[in-house]
Amino acid sequence: MECQQCHERPATVHLTQVVNGQKTEVHVCEQCAKEKGYMNYGEENFTLNDLLSGLFHSEGSSPFTGQTMKPYQQATKLKCPTCGLAYQEFARIGKFGCGDCYQTFDDRINPILRRVHSGNTRHDGKIPKREGGNLHLRKEIDEYKVKLKTLIEQEEFEEAAKCRDKIRSLENQLHQGEDGEN
Amino acid sequence: MSLQQFMNEAISPWMKQDGPDSDIVLSSRIRLARNFSHYPFPMIAAEESLEEILNFFKEKFEHQSFRDYNDFEIVKMRELQPVEKRVLVEKHLVSPHLAEKSEHSATLISQNEQVSIMINEEDHIRIQIYFPGFQLDRALAQASQLDDWLEEKIDYAFDEKRGYLTACPTNVGTGMRASVMMHLPALSMTHQINRMTPAINQLGLVVRGIYGEGSESVGNIFQISNQITLGKSEEDIVEDLHSVVKQLIDQERRAREALMNRSGIQLEDRIFRSYGVLMNSRIIESKEAAKCLSDLRLGIDLNLIDHIPQSILNELMILTQPGFLQQYAKATLTPEERDIRRASLIRERLQLEHEE
Repeated sequence: MECQQCHERPATVHLTQVVNGQKTEVHVCEQCAKEKGYMNYGEENFTLNDLLSGLFHSEGSSPFTGQTMKPYQQATKLKCPTCGLAYQEFARIGKFGCGDCYQTFDDRINPILRRVHSGNTRHDGKIPKREGGNLHLRKEIDEYKVKLKTLIEQEEFEEAAKCRDKIRSLENQLHQGEDGEN
Repeated sequence: MSLQQFMNEAISPWMKQDGPDSDIVLSSRIRLARNFSHYPFPMIAAEESLEEILNFFKEKFEHQSFRDYNDFEIVKMRELQPVEKRVLVEKHLVSPHLAEKSEHSATLISQNEQVSIMINEEDHIRIQIYFPGFQLDRALAQASQLDDWLEEKIDYAFDEKRGYLTACPTNVGTGMRASVMMHLPALSMTHQINRMTPAINQLGLVVRGIYGEGSESVGNIFQISNQITLGKSEEDIVEDLHSVVKQLIDQERRAREALMNRSGIQLEDRIFRSYGVLMNSRIIESKEAAKCLSDLRLGIDLNLIDHIPQSILNELMILTQPGFLQQYAKATLTPEERDIRRASLIRERLQLEHEE
């Protein structure tokens, strides 16, 4: 395919733009792409970290009210007590200093997590075996609770009763475990 | 050393095995990011703290075995020559990041080179496991067991709400990156892959070339992997990736068939021209070599060439990288010298097939 601009060099940059549902495709060579500004990000070595830290900074300022920076200014004083990483530094490099940073910056990181993980902010996967002892139980109880609800909806009361007993025994187990720890 | 001998040592044992759908899927990989709780992450950690972690691994895991993964060897980056580190990167046994910040980083490698546990990378631990062909489920199951094995001795940084805590927010949650390396010559010749990429992205998956993020792939090899690590279980993430890869395999097979039917002689011409270049060139740069190797491999898959094994693509893609070329030559080479070495290594390798 030849370049749509200069009709000389082969098209190596392929761009699809959708504006108001109107799709246009552009096929140009690298030189024309640079001239037309399609590739202006290429030379500045824009990394994922830049992108991430950009997201941190944008948070807190409101383009609608014009009132800016207040939450951010508060956040700049925030510092992780364990590793000493300041929120400001975290926002600049886009990386956490230790596991406790997640707790320290807890109420500020939801927007970024949402953006990076398609709206998700809570873990829903594996739980470590040894460390996550109680978590396993709690996850199991939650699963039984969902099951119980469907059973009741389907009017399968005999099964539902069994399920309820199971939840009770698991909850007992959980409380014993927690008392034992204290 | 003869080329045969050099190759035997250079190519990881698992790469020589065949896997499901290995006409299109070269390898499946699972990577899990984990950290020690109560230790700062490597980027800001003090030297003593990093050394403590290194020593811990040396003490607890060196020469240990787990299932098929025997006799883990600990390889400290600071004890390697630059070219040796480069070779490990080219074999995908360590990440470029690990090789770069090599003062306190190491890796534990299983004897069959299927498992590499990187220490003090961006995170304290990066467990990585490879399988030949399309075997994501198996890779996930084995990675998870390896993870449990490590957890017996390590307190992980884990949080009920956020999951496994990682240095970068893009890895938090499962800490898992599942990826599949695919050879898609027909989809890229027909430019279909460019059209499919945006749809794949919308599913939270990424398509990229074999080395780096550029949209252009080298040798028509593409890596498909998950972007999202939080809010979905490991199994669901792998299932999503699995179904997309399955569709890509079907599409690639269909595109190959269509190409053969519609322009069989042109395709055959292209394949044999590339074969000719590989057999005869005296100077070849890596990009051209990758393109010709991809054509050759397609010719083998389409039964147009039948005396060369499929594994030639994986093999030569690795052997013709700068690090390997210099290790084989036992000297530092300029780019021009490398292009000459590369051409002669490829000729020699193809000659081996003629002799048999």
